[in-house]
Amino acid sequence: MGHTIWILLLPLISFILLGLGGNKMKPKATGVIGTASLAGVTILSYITAFSYFGAGRGIDGLFPTLMPYDFRWLPFMDNLSINIGILLDPISVMMLVVISTVSLMVHIYSMGYMKGEKGFQRYYAFLSLFTMSMLGLVVATNIFQMYVFWELVGVSSYLLIGFYYTKPAAIAASKKAFIVTRFADLGFLIGILIYGYFAGTFSFTPETSRLMSAGMMISLALGLMFVGGAGKSAMFPLHIWLPDAMEGPTPVSALIHAATMVVAGVYLVARMFPLFIGYAPDLLPWIAVVGAVTALYAAVVACVQSDIKRVLAFSTISQIGFMMVAMGVCTSADPHAGGLGYMASLFHLFTHAMFKALLFLGAGSIIHAVHSNEMSAMGGLRKYMPVTHITFLVACLAIAGIYPFSGFFSKDEILAACFAFHPAMGWVMTAIAGLTAFYMFRLYFGIFWGKENKELHQTHKPHESPLSMTLPLVVLAVITCVAGFIPFGEFISSNGASYHIHIDMKVAGISICVAVAAIAISTWMFARENQSVPDALANRFPGLHKAAYNRFYIDNAWLFVTKKVIFKCISTPIAWFDRNIIDGFFNLCGKVTSKVAAGIRFMQNSQIQQYCIWFLAGAVILTIILIF
Amino acid sequence: MESLTQFIQMRQEVALIAAFLLMFVTDLFIPERHKKMLHPIACALLFVQTIIAIKPYEASLFGGMYNSTEITSIIKAVLSFGTLVIFLQSTKWLDRPDASHKTGEFYILALSTLIGMYFMISSGHFLLFFLGLELATVPMACLVAFDKYKGHSAEAGAKFILYSLFSSGIFLYGISLLYGATGSLYFDDIAGKLHGCELQTLSMVFVFSGMAFKLSLVPFHLWTADTYQGAPTAVSGMLSVISKGAAAFALMTVLFKVFAHMSDLWIQMLSIVIVITITIGNLFAMRQNNMKRFMAFSSISQAGYIMLALLGNTQQGTASLIYYIVVYIAANLAVFGVINSIEQQTHGMVNRTDYRGLYKTNPKLTMIMTLALFSLAGIPPFAGFFSKFMVFSAAFSGGHYLVVFLALINTVISLYYYLLVVKAMFIDENEAPIPYFKSCRSMRLSLVICLAGVVALGLTSGVYQLLFNLS
Repeated sequence: MGHTIWILLLPLISFILLGLGGNKMKPKATGVIGTASLAGVTILSYITAFSYFGAGRGIDGLFPTLMPYDFRWLPFMDNLSINIGILLDPISVMMLVVISTVSLMVHIYSMGYMKGEKGFQRYYAFLSLFTMSMLGLVVATNIFQMYVFWELVGVSSYLLIGFYYTKPAAIAASKKAFIVTRFADLGFLIGILIYGYFAGTFSFTPETSRLMSAGMMISLALGLMFVGGAGKSAMFPLHIWLPDAMEGPTPVSALIHAATMVVAGVYLVARMFPLFIGYAPDLLPWIAVVGAVTALYAAVVACVQSDIKRVLAFSTISQIGFMMVAMGVCTSADPHAGGLGYMASLFHLFTHAMFKALLFLGAGSIIHAVHSNEMSAMGGLRKYMPVTHITFLVACLAIAGIYPFSGFFSKDEILAACFAFHPAMGWVMTAIAGLTAFYMFRLYFGIFWGKENKELHQTHKPHESPLSMTLPLVVLAVITCVAGFIPFGEFISSNGASYHIHIDMKVAGISICVAVAAIAISTWMFARENQSVPDALANRFPGLHKAAYNRFYIDNAWLFVTKKVIFKCISTPIAWFDRNIIDGFFNLCGKVTSKVAAGIRFMQNSQIQQYCIWFLAGAVILTIILIF
Repeated sequence: MESLTQFIQMRQEVALIAAFLLMFVTDLFIPERHKKMLHPIACALLFVQTIIAIKPYEASLFGGMYNSTEITSIIKAVLSFGTLVIFLQSTKWLDRPDASHKTGEFYILALSTLIGMYFMISSGHFLLFFLGLELATVPMACLVAFDKYKGHSAEAGAKFILYSLFSSGIFLYGISLLYGATGSLYFDDIAGKLHGCELQTLSMVFVFSGMAFKLSLVPFHLWTADTYQGAPTAVSGMLSVISKGAAAFALMTVLFKVFAHMSDLWIQMLSIVIVITITIGNLFAMRQNNMKRFMAFSSISQAGYIMLALLGNTQQGTASLIYYIVVYIAANLAVFGVINSIEQQTHGMVNRTDYRGLYKTNPKLTMIMTLALFSLAGIPPFAGFFSKFMVFSAAFSGGHYLVVFLALINTVISLYYYLLVVKAMFIDENEAPIPYFKSCRSMRLSLVICLAGVVALGLTSGVYQLLFNLS
């Protein structure tokens, strides 16, 4: 497995090459270099996956955990050091395949989509950097390495979201994404500190005795780590950055906000799963609740958005909520007795990555054709863009959970796990699945059917995208059609043992019925030219519609807290004091200096005196605190 | 004869004083037309001194008045190296017509403050400590007022000297109280006699506040913004890293060595001061437009982070403190270097709004600035992240969870204002950005050194471990 190091080195080399020399190359050449290096990574990842899973299970019936590389990087204390290396186990190998596949598709797609954009080279350099950091995150041998790459992912996504740096919205969005996730990462970092301190190691497999003696502190550490994961995975109420991040280039949204970075939180929980089950089982139901609230909230909001990328963004948030729920409903490590959710969650991560990337790339293709994100500019596009239309439909069917598309299988496992946990949870999640089908088909009909914006289409006739863009769509659509039949449980399960997926007919029946019903309602409401029903509903419940359209004012609430409370009440007065009293005083002094020589001495003396009084007061107050 | 050998054993100080004297003599006798040669001479002298200083050695001389350990040798070499970087950054400024006649003075004054810091770091006796402190401060005030015909500089210098006189007075008062309480000024003697009665507490606070002034910890920080803004940029850079680094180390020596038995008290005091310092520094930094003022507040909050190291145990605390200083020197001098070269080029543009659109015209400078600011904000994989991580874990292992938590929250606030600068350079529109220019060679060299530090210090292991083993 020595070749795995190249999975990280190839994109790094490509980043350095494109970052330093990109400006001197032709734009096309940089695209080819970036794509070629990613193709290399993809091939290596596939070889790794085949040889890893092909080698079969060990004597204990589990796939072995391999560490082809593990350097002692920062020796920290006598007993605590930070390593950097590559860890191969079923989930990291699976993630390698997912990330490299989606990233390769995005690289190819971008050659068409970003053609002629200013900063094409920079774009490919950042894509390489992002891919490298994401791959480094999943193969991390310890929590600290994971954190370093986690932050690197944050930095590179900051650069990618802010790619259109001339657009103020893109800049605000990139900053928001960076700061919100950084805020959540605080929790992660504190969690790591606590974990390292009590477990005495940063590795994922600490000594049991130390964990036992640490008691509650490990729960606390894991809980804080989850906060970090919730930030990156856009869990309610830290989700606010994701919809805004849609200001970035669309292929970037496909890569970062569908398939890779946003599922990092789920991956983190999966990675720490043995510890969650072993030492903090009480936390898992909370994770499930957070996931369910997020899934419901985002699904409701998605029903009324008019910007197609925002619909997809909220749908992503909702689907990641599903994955979190599935993780959270695990009650034991045995997949046959309450541990099904782990497998279901990662299965859904896998299938979702593919079909959501497909949706985003499809949306990119549409935006490319009509030069707008708004649904009002679309309608009736099926005539103009057949390939995009069919592949988009495939993805919609998959996310709605229709047999035999991949989403059906993974969602079915999630629902089965939820029903096993508690019937109420099962029903709630089934209802959300119905909502998903509803809003996705609203989107589908709104784009490809419905009322055509003839005026706009006459001045600019929509056209099918070039081959470099349609090819990735077709590839992903094929994967979406067949991925469901992968015996996922044979490779990944909560305790590592082989698990044979069997479809629970009762759950499957219910979920298909709900999905079909939702699609039918959606068809009835949105497939026609004249959409009287939705308008009537919006008029009937104006408050609800408006609240949902404005995302239930969560963003405003955050804005209120940061702008009004923190900035206005704390830093503005202080800055004002600094500028007007302290600064202003000196400016005044300066002016007076040049005019009235006698004046300055008095003024400046008084100022220094004031400083000295502060000094003395500080010293005295400290003494008083210490003595009493 | 015996005392002569003792003098020679102070290898680093002797080398530095020799460099100082050579510089002094050269400055006196060098012909006017060769004045430009002063830059390379000064850099070469300090470079040789750094090489001599770099080899660690141990010595205890003059009955314990002067102590050199391996770790003090390291910090001295670091300070010398940092000063060397500042020398590299100041050539263009000193070549200006209004400053070129006193080029030599700048180097002489800078070297003499460095001598003061050396003695402060190595002293084992409060008298020597005080002398070192004063020797470091007085020439520094001259440096602050170096551009004396510019209103700000003179004003800043006057303010700095008056304020530091006051703080020295308080410090001296603290020492005299200590002498009264223990009957000695030797660190080792005092340590055994302290038990934390009110008088001793008062003396400790006074000694602490004298040092806190140099570190610009809140509430002893009021001079910082005005002085940094008014002083020549190279001098502000020196104040922010060299002077601060020396003071942090000296304060650590005093607290760990002299007040070891009163650690409960000073840890309590430090916790309060740290939290206030970081928070106030951050809140003020947020709304600054003048970059030098901005960096002043940023350096106030950074001083708070440095102090976190003292909350850990001795070994871990020492190692993480020095590591933080090293990383901080690299990142901060990179920022000051960029500010300086822009200021010299444009004759005085130091506002954030002037930096708008800099990326389009000067991409390399912008990248250096960005990476350095990322390092200051503590984003991995830059060195600043690791140095912050080390001080956090030092404080964490001391059990100060709340302080660590508050400091961590502050890192997010600091990210916000560092990003403001990044945003201005990369994103904000500007019809007339600062045009492309090439900095002088020595400035470029210094920036490359700093950049290498920002990137490499974190990624290469061993630096911290080396410090840890020596501590």
